This record gives sequence, structure tokens and C-alpha cells, in this order.
Amino acid sequence: MSKEFIKGNEAIAEAAVRAGCRFFAGYPITPQNEVPEYLSARLPEVGGHFIQGESEIASVFMVFGVAATGIRSMTSSSGPGFALKSEGISFLAGGQIPAVLVNVSRGGPAIGTIEPAQQDYFSAVHAPAPGGFRCFVIAPQNVQEAADFVYEAFDIADKYRTPVYVLADGMIGNMMEVVELPKMRDLAELPSNDSWRFNKYNDDGSARILSTYMPMGELMQKKNKEMAAMYEAWEKNEQRWEEYMVDDAEYIVTAYGSSARIAKSAVKELRAEGVKVGLIRAITLFPFPKDAFAKLDYAKVKKMFCAEMSIPGQYIYDVQNAVLGQSQIIPIQTSGGVILETDMVVAAVKENL
Amino acid sequence: MEKSVLIAGFGGQGVMSIGKMLGYAASDAGKYASFYPSYGAEQRGGTANCTVIISDEEIGSPAVSKLDMLIAMNQPSFDKFAKKVKKGGSIIVNSSLVTSKVEDSDIAAFYVPANDIANDLGSPKVANIVILGAYIGLSGALSEEDGKAIIKKMLGSKADLLDMNYQAFDKGLQAVK
Repeated sequence: MSKEFIKGNEAIAEAAVRAGCRFFAGYPITPQNEVPEYLSARLPEVGGHFIQGESEIASVFMVFGVAATGIRSMTSSSGPGFALKSEGISFLAGGQIPAVLVNVSRGGPAIGTIEPAQQDYFSAVHAPAPGGFRCFVIAPQNVQEAADFVYEAFDIADKYRTPVYVLADGMIGNMMEVVELPKMRDLAELPSNDSWRFNKYNDDGSARILSTYMPMGELMQKKNKEMAAMYEAWEKNEQRWEEYMVDDAEYIVTAYGSSARIAKSAVKELRAEGVKVGLIRAITLFPFPKDAFAKLDYAKVKKMFCAEMSIPGQYIYDVQNAVLGQSQIIPIQTSGGVILETDMVVAAVKENL
Repeated sequence: MEKSVLIAGFGGQGVMSIGKMLGYAASDAGKYASFYPSYGAEQRGGTANCTVIISDEEIGSPAVSKLDMLIAMNQPSFDKFAKKVKKGGSIIVNSSLVTSKVEDSDIAAFYVPANDIANDLGSPKVANIVILGAYIGLSGALSEEDGKAIIKKMLGSKADLLDMNYQAFDKGLQAVK
């Protein structure tokens, strides 16, 4: 496969097309605008459709409608846009409709800044919308992973009939890197969705209904239990993380996404100075990679550090929940578009040796 | 080997073009490369900057706090970013538009009158190619061949402009020798 030097947002868009995405609806917002821009030209080339909706809400419900017919569909936005899309995301989860959501996040709250931040962690991981559901959430740390994870997200979405949320940020979206793009999928070879898609009659000839409305409490509870069982299965089978120099580490830095690649540089720098430090990078954010933290030898780990581009911290809550008080966790945080620096991580670790 | 450079100037000076060309050239040469632009709020006549990192290994932060090199295409860029260059690093100063001198003796300064050179060659548009030559002459991250190959590739069908661009590139190389 040949390598290309390509912008993150364009890699996301092209990877979606290659994964079999044939419908995109969205509404402009920085720093993700090259995703719809690219797809507006690219999707018609492969027989797909692009719509710039009149709003985020309209766009996500267009995705709801098209994805319900079994066509691989995607929407993308940034934090303020996801606030508006939240209702539709809840409907996707409730209707068990597979779709891919890409958040190229920026500083918040409110309209915030257009620069990179990781301040949408809670909203992506814990509360995409009211109603008590989960999205499968995966976080790339570079342009290669942005392409790979978007590509894979369509398979995860189909496998579990769930919205899959790719949480990137403005740094990944706007930087260019050398990438090997995944191969073009043959639509005929995608897994069959005949068992559930809306535009197909049931075996007995009756019309199919994908309902998100269940007036009978018992029915709703039954469905919620089924979804909870699916989330448990994710926690059992789908946790994903990266460990770097953790084996003999006395200090552990943990981070995800862009912060993790920056933290890794800090770990390399500290190792060169003889500090026994390692990195745990969460790749799936839901399911959270609790096992990576559960298997640490806390008799050996002196201190932990949690780096993220969010003030107040958000990722740190899940880390605390996984570490269960077995180690002190020192936050290293920036926010609002201030990019985490390698030097900050190095300095924080050195101050706490 | 990992080399970072921040390229900054007015919108329209070709700052982003130089950055992307470095990235494409590094990619073609089989290296790791990142190009990170300041984005969103820029406008014509305003300032623009990008950071390019070329490396033999996986790249950490694409927006480093301490630079190996700065290319200052105009005075505001020099004023803003000169202090971000690390000790032992270097600054390429577009001396056609920047009047300041590098005062830190731990930083190597190269004064390249890119706009004047470009005007002498007959096109103010090739000032950024002069700077590309200067970068390649100094950084060691890419070879002269890598530089010329990417110029040819980027010009595409405008082959009639190739000679002038090569001349601009060579002038840049010579200016830092």
C-alpha cells in the first residue's frame, strides 16, 4: 500500500468512504470542516450522497433515517454541534441503529474556542444525551489512527447495532501526517443487515418497525437490560489500550488521544534521564480499559499522572475509578485550546519523584 | 533525527505552502512528517504559521514548545517566535522584510533577503522557494534532490516555471552556505 501525506479531517472522510459509508449529513463547524467538504465531492463519485443539513439536529436525523435502511452513514461535528445532535444520538441508540459519529473537538464550554481540546470527554463517554445509554467510544492519537478507527467504527457499529463515537480533536483533524489509508471495501461483502433493516419485510410478510417508543414500562426495562448486557460484553471483550515501558515502571503517566502522543514523548525524555516511567494510553474510552489499571502492581507504582487537555479534568474520573485509590494520581491539565506540552509532563513527573 | 521548524509570516507569503512541501518531500523520502497549521481565524493579510516536524521515528507532539528552527518571513513573526527557538537552534530571517537581528549568541542566524532575490529572478512569488532552499541547505532533514523533486511535483503542469523555481531554490541554498 502506498503512503500519503494527508490532513486528518480528509483522512477521516476518505477512510469512511473506503469503509463503505455512502451517506453523510452534517453542518459546518471548525475544526472539522474538511470532513464535509471532502465528502461533498467524494461521496457522489462512489454513488453515495452528501447533504449539508439546515442544522445539526436535522443532519443527525437524516443519518438516523438513512442508517435505518442499512446504508453505512456518518455525521461529524465539534462540541457545540454535538450538543445539538444529542437528541438524535439518543434515538440512534434507542433504535439500535448503527452509525458513526466523529467529534473533532475544540475548547469549551459553550461556543468556546476553535482550537484543540479534550473537553468533550464526559459528553462523549458518559452522557451523549439523556436517557441512560452508551456509545462505543474510541479515541485516535494521530492521523493514521483517525483513518483506521473511523474505518473500523463502521464494523463495530454493525456488529453491535450501536452508534460508534470517534473522539478526535482539532489537532488530529487539522494536522497532516504520513498515512497508509485502508483498502476500499466492496459493499457486496459487508455483513448482511437483512435481519433488522427497516426497508425489508419480516419473514411473515409483516412490515418492520424500528421503534424507539415503548409505552409499557416492562418492555422498556427489558430493552434497557439487553443494552446493559451489551455494554457489559463490550467491557469484557472490547477494552483496548496501549502500554509503553510499563513493565518496570515506578511512575505511570496516563492519557488518551493527542495528549497521549505528547505524554509518550515525555516518557521517552524521562527514560533517557533514567526515570522509570511508563505510559498507559486508553484507546477505547467506552469500554474504559479498566484492566490496564487493574493489573498494575501498586506495590511498585509510586505515583501516577493523568494528562489531558481539559480543565476541570474529565478523563481523570475514569482513571480514578479504575485505580480505586491504590495510587495517588496527579493531574497535568491544559484547556481552552492551550496544547499540552512535553515539557509540562516532564516537569510534573520530576517535581514528584 | 527529529527536526522541528516553525514557519511564520503574512497570509499570502506562502507559509503554508512551504510547510506542506516539506511534509510531502519528507513523506516521499520515506520519513515521518507532521504539518500542524494555525487554523480557523486566519485571513488574507493577517499572520499565519505552521509547525513541521521531520523525523526518522514516530512523532510526539506536532506543536512543540522548543523549536530547532524558525523561519521568520516578516517582522511580527520574528518578534513573536524568536524566543521559542532552543539553544543551539537556528533562525532563517527573511531580511527583505525583517529588520531585527538575532541577539542570542547561542542561536545561529541566517539572513536571506528572499523577496529581493525573488524580485531579481523576476517573480515575487518564488520568495518562499528561496526559503525552501535555505531550509534544506541548513536543516539536514532533507536532501537537495528531495527539495527539487517536490518543487517539480508541486508545479505539475506548470513546467515552464520550473527553471525559475530551481534558480530560486539554488539561491536559497547558496545564501546559507
